[in-house]
Amino acid sequence: MEERNSFVREVAEKKYEYGFTTDVQTDIIEKGLSEDIVRLISKKKEEPEWLLDFRLKAYRYWLTQEAPTWGHLKMPHIDYQDISYYADPTKSKGKKQGEKEIDPELMKTFDKLGIPLEERMALAGTAVDAVMDSVSVKTTFREKLSEKGIIFCSISEAVREHPDIVREYLGSVVPYRDNFFAALNSAVFSDGSFVYIPKGVRCPMELSTYFRINARGTGQFERTLIVCDDDAYVSYLEGCTAPMRDENQLHAAIVEIVVKERAEVKYSTVQNWYPGDSEGRGGVLNLVTKRGHLRGANSRLSWTQVETGSAITWKYPSCILSGDGSQAEFYSVAVTNNYQQADTGTKMIHIGRNTRSTIISKGISAGKSQNAYRGLVRVAPTADGARNYSSCDSLLLGSNCGAHTFPYMDVQCETAVVEHEATTSKISEDQLFYCNQRGISTEEAVSLIVNGYAKEVINKLPMEFAVEAQKLLGVSLEGSVG
Amino acid sequence: MLKIENLHASTGGKEILKGVNLTVQDGEIHAVMGLNGAGKSTLSNVIVGHPAYEVTQGSITWDGKNLLALSPEERAHEGIFLSFQQPTEIPGVSMVNFMRAALNAKRKYQGLDPMSAGDFLKLMREKRAIVELDSKLASRSVNEGFSGGEKKRNEIFQMAMLEPKLAILDETDSGLDVDALRIVAEGFNRLRRPETSAIVITHYQRLLDYLKPDVVHVLIDGRIVKTAGPELATEIENRGFDWIRNELENKE
Amino acid sequence: MRQYIDFYHEVKETIARRSCDEMNACREAALHTFSSQGFPSQKVERYRYAQVEADFSPNYGIALTPLAAKLPPHCFRIAEAESRVRAIYNKVADKDDSIVALNTMLCVDTLVVHVPRGVRVEHPIQISNILKGEQDTMVCRRILIVMDELAEASVIITDRAASQNHFLTNQVIEVVMGEGSHLSLYDVEETHLLCTRYSSVFVQQGRNSRLHHTCLTLFNGHTRNRLDVMLQGEGSEVTANGCVIADKMQRVDNNTLIDHQVPGCTSGELYKYVLDDNAVGAFAGKVLVRPGAQRTASNETNANLLATRTARMYAQPMLEIYADDVRCSHGSTVGQMDEAALFYMRQRGIDEQEARLLLKAAFITEVIETIPLESLRDRLRVLVDKRLRGELSKCEGCKLCK
Repeated sequence: MEERNSFVREVAEKKYEYGFTTDVQTDIIEKGLSEDIVRLISKKKEEPEWLLDFRLKAYRYWLTQEAPTWGHLKMPHIDYQDISYYADPTKSKGKKQGEKEIDPELMKTFDKLGIPLEERMALAGTAVDAVMDSVSVKTTFREKLSEKGIIFCSISEAVREHPDIVREYLGSVVPYRDNFFAALNSAVFSDGSFVYIPKGVRCPMELSTYFRINARGTGQFERTLIVCDDDAYVSYLEGCTAPMRDENQLHAAIVEIVVKERAEVKYSTVQNWYPGDSEGRGGVLNLVTKRGHLRGANSRLSWTQVETGSAITWKYPSCILSGDGSQAEFYSVAVTNNYQQADTGTKMIHIGRNTRSTIISKGISAGKSQNAYRGLVRVAPTADGARNYSSCDSLLLGSNCGAHTFPYMDVQCETAVVEHEATTSKISEDQLFYCNQRGISTEEAVSLIVNGYAKEVINKLPMEFAVEAQKLLGVSLEGSVG
Repeated sequence: MLKIENLHASTGGKEILKGVNLTVQDGEIHAVMGLNGAGKSTLSNVIVGHPAYEVTQGSITWDGKNLLALSPEERAHEGIFLSFQQPTEIPGVSMVNFMRAALNAKRKYQGLDPMSAGDFLKLMREKRAIVELDSKLASRSVNEGFSGGEKKRNEIFQMAMLEPKLAILDETDSGLDVDALRIVAEGFNRLRRPETSAIVITHYQRLLDYLKPDVVHVLIDGRIVKTAGPELATEIENRGFDWIRNELENKE
Repeated sequence: MRQYIDFYHEVKETIARRSCDEMNACREAALHTFSSQGFPSQKVERYRYAQVEADFSPNYGIALTPLAAKLPPHCFRIAEAESRVRAIYNKVADKDDSIVALNTMLCVDTLVVHVPRGVRVEHPIQISNILKGEQDTMVCRRILIVMDELAEASVIITDRAASQNHFLTNQVIEVVMGEGSHLSLYDVEETHLLCTRYSSVFVQQGRNSRLHHTCLTLFNGHTRNRLDVMLQGEGSEVTANGCVIADKMQRVDNNTLIDHQVPGCTSGELYKYVLDDNAVGAFAGKVLVRPGAQRTASNETNANLLATRTARMYAQPMLEIYADDVRCSHGSTVGQMDEAALFYMRQRGIDEQEARLLLKAAFITEVIETIPLESLRDRLRVLVDKRLRGELSKCEGCKLCK
C-alpha cells in the first residue's frame, strides 16, 4: 500500500506537459461583453450584415438566460464581464486580414506541441487547421484539398469566400437558442474551422484542428461547421491544449455537423486542456455544444472522444438521426484526476425509420475527481425499428473520487429496442496481484489494465491519435491506485 | 398430402428458393439434403409460415388447401409441425402452460372441448417417457436452460403431444451425440402413425439410418436438383455433393 | 395549493383534537414546508415524470377520520403505541418534500405496526385500504412500521376502490428496521382510472437487517411511488422490486433511491413494465454509494415492454458512487416481444393474441417469482393473468373500461 500511495502522490504531482505560454504579439480587445463588443468583434472580422444580425440576436437571447445547473458539477462563478472575447495572436501592425504572416514564435509553439504547420506533415496524411486563442492561424494543405472541391478553411474565411454555404448551415444544427453557452458562443465566436465535402468525394486525408488557448484572461469561443454532402466521407480530428494558469479559462465552443445521404463523418477529439493544478486551482472550463444532424438516408456519424484535460468538462456530442437507416456512434473515454470534474455523454434522438445508435462510454476517476456520464436516448413514434445499445462503465481508482451514471431513456415506439447497461468497479486486487506475480509493477499493471479497459474506444481513433491518446491515459493515471 | 410447386421465396430482399417442386404423400418420409446455405431451412420456414420469409412465386397445397393463405397457428392446427433447428427459449412460460395452450388451441380448432387438467398431465407423463425427457425439464420454462440435446428431445416430446400429420425435422440431428440421436430417432419412430409423413432435413446419413426415408432429395442453390431412393443418401455420405454439382454442369 | 392551506387553517383544531401530540407537533413545520415550496414542478429532479399540480388541483373532500378500532395483532393506532415507537413518527420521512409535508399537515391518525424484539409473526399482516365514498375524496394515510431487533414479519398493503369516484391518496410509510430484523413489505394497487395515488415510503435499515419490498401496480389512474431506502447498518440487504401493467390513459411513475451509507451492504432492484394503449410509464432509480461505503454490491434492472407507439416509457437508472471498492451495475431495456418466441408458439398452434398474452405474463412473472410468500405469489399470478385478459372485476360494468 505504501508504495502505491507514494505513487499516487507522484502522479498527482505530475506536471502538465503543455503548460507553457507563448510570447507573441496578440491583439486583445478590452474585457467585458455588451452589444458594442459583439459589434466590434464582427467589425474586426469584417463580417457581412446577416452575421452581425445573427450575433446580436444570440446576444439578446443570452441575456435572458441563466447558466444551467443540472450537471453533476461544482461550477465556479464565471464573471462574463471579466473575460476578453477576442484575442488575435496573428495581428501585427499594418497587416490586413487574409494576408497575415505567421509570427515565428507562434510556429515554434505549434512545433513544441507536435503540430507542425509546415506541409512536411504530408507523410502523416493530415491536414491541419490550427486555432490559437480565437483565431485560425494557418490551414495546411489547402490547395491539395481544393483540387477535389473540398473546402477546409477557417470559418472567418468561409464567411468571406463561401457565404452562401455558411449562411445556409450556420446555426441550423445548434440554434443559438439551444442553451446558455450556445447563445454565448453564437454572439461572440471568433473563429474555428469550416469543412465542406462535395457530393461523392472521399476526403483523402484526415482533417485536423488544433486548438490552443494562450492569452491570459481570454475565453475561447470557436465554432466548427462541417457539411458532408451526399455519398461523401471525411474523418476529422480535434486536439486541444492550454497553458498553465491559476485562473479558470473559459472555452465555450460549438461544433455543427450536417451529414447528407449515404455520407459518413468521423469526428475524433483528444481533449487535453489544462486541468488545473493538484489543488484544483485554475484549469479550463470546457463547456461545449457538439451536435450532428444525420439528415440523409443511410448517413453515418461517429463521435469518438478522449477527454483527459479541463478542470470542468460539460459536453454531450449528440446526434439527430432524421434520415431513414442512419447510424450514429458515440465512443468516449473520460479520465478525471485531482479536482477535475466531468459531466459528459451524448444524446441520440431517433426520428427516422430503422435508425441505429451505439453508445460506449468509459469513465475513469482518480484523485478527488468527479466523473459523470449523462446521456439521453429518445425514440420518436416515427422511428420504426430503431435500435440503441448503450454501455457505460466506470472505473474508480482510489476512494476519494466519484463515478456517476445518469442515463435517460424516452421511448415512444413499440418496434424500437433500446438497451442500456452500466457497471462500476475498481481494478481488482486479483488482477493486480496476477500482474505483480508475473513481474509487472503495480504502476505498470494499472496502466495496462486501464488501457485495456479503454481499448474499445481508443481503437476507434485514427492511428496517430490513438498513440497520443494512449500516452495521455498513462500521464493522467499511472498508478492512481490507493 | 403436401404439394409444393415452383416455390420461390426470399428473405431480407434476397431470393433463397428458386423454384422448388416437392410432393409428399401421406405416410412417406422424405429426406432433404444439401450444403449450408442451399435453402433447406428456408424451405421448412416457408412451409410453416415464418413471417421473415416472403413467397414471391409458386404454391403450397396441403390436402387440397392453399397453405400459404393460412396463419402459422392455423398451419399448426392443420397438423404441420416443425422441429426447430434452434428451439427458442421462452423465459417465464412454463412447459405445462405452454403445452396446454397449444393442445387446447388445436382442440378448439377441431371443435373439441379443452382437455381436463388431470387428463392433460397424464398425457404429458406418457409422452415424456417416450423421449426419456426428465420430469424436471417439463416443469421449467420452455427450453430455458436446456442443453442442446434436451431441447431436441423436447421438440420430439411436443410432437408426441400434438400428433401432427406432417413433421418437419430441421437438422434435428445437429448437436446430438450418438445416444441422444438414437433416443430422438426411436422416439420419432414409435410416435409415428402410418399416415404421418415427414420431411427430414439433414447433412448426414446417420439420422436417416434410423428414419429410413422413402425418397431423398438434394437441394442446391434453391432448387431440388436430384431425387432418388435411400441409396442416394449413402452415396452422398461417401462422395459428398460435388459430383452432383458436376453432373449438373455437364448437363447444361 | 391555496385550497389545502386554507383547509388546514379551517380544520386544524378538529384535526388536533382527533390526533395525538406526536403528530400535532409536526404540523406547523410541515405547513411551512408546504406553503414555501408548493407543489413540485417537473424541474424538480425527483418529480420529473409526475404532474403534481394537475393531480392535486381538483376539488376533493378530505377525509379526517381516525382509524377503525379493531386492528390485527401487532397493529396499533399511534396513540396506543409505545412512546419510544411514537417518537419515531416523522423522523424517517423526507421533511423537505412537500407531498410528505401535506400528509404530515393533514393526517389524523397513524397505523403503527410494531413487532417486538425476536418475535416472528407467522401470518402476514394485511392492511387493506378500500376507497369508497359518495363524493370525490382525498385520503391522507400514514403508516409507521417498527421492527425491533431480530423481529420478522410480512406486511401486505393493498389499495382497492369500491366506488366510481375520483380518489386521491397521499400515503406516507415510515419503516425502521432494527438489527437483524427481516421485513417483507408488499404494496399492491388495484384501483381504477379515477384514482390518483402518491405513495412515499422511507426505510431505515439497521445492521444485518433484510428488507424485501415489492410494489405492484396492477390497475390505477395516476400513480407515483417513491421509495427511499437508507442502508445505515453494515451487512444490511434490500431487494426492491416492482411491476406495472398499464394501458388506456394510465400513468405510473416509480422513483427509488437506494442509499448505501455504510460498508458491506447489498441492494438489488428489478422493475418491469408492460405498457399498452396510451399509458405512460416512468422509472427513475438511483443507487447512491456514499464515501466510505466500501464493499457495496448493487444491481438494478429495469425492463419494459411497449405494445403500442402511443405508449411511452421514460427510464432513468442512475449510479452515483463515491467509494471505490464496489460492484455496481444497472441495466435498462425498452423493447418489444421476442419475435422468435412468438413464432415458436404460433408454430405450436397458439394464436398470436394468446401467445402475446402469455409472453406479457411471463415477462411480469419474473418479478412475481421473487416474492417469498407463496400464497401471495399464487394469487398474483392469477391477478396478472386476469388483468392482461381484461377480466379484473372492477372492469366489469365500469363505463371507463371498454
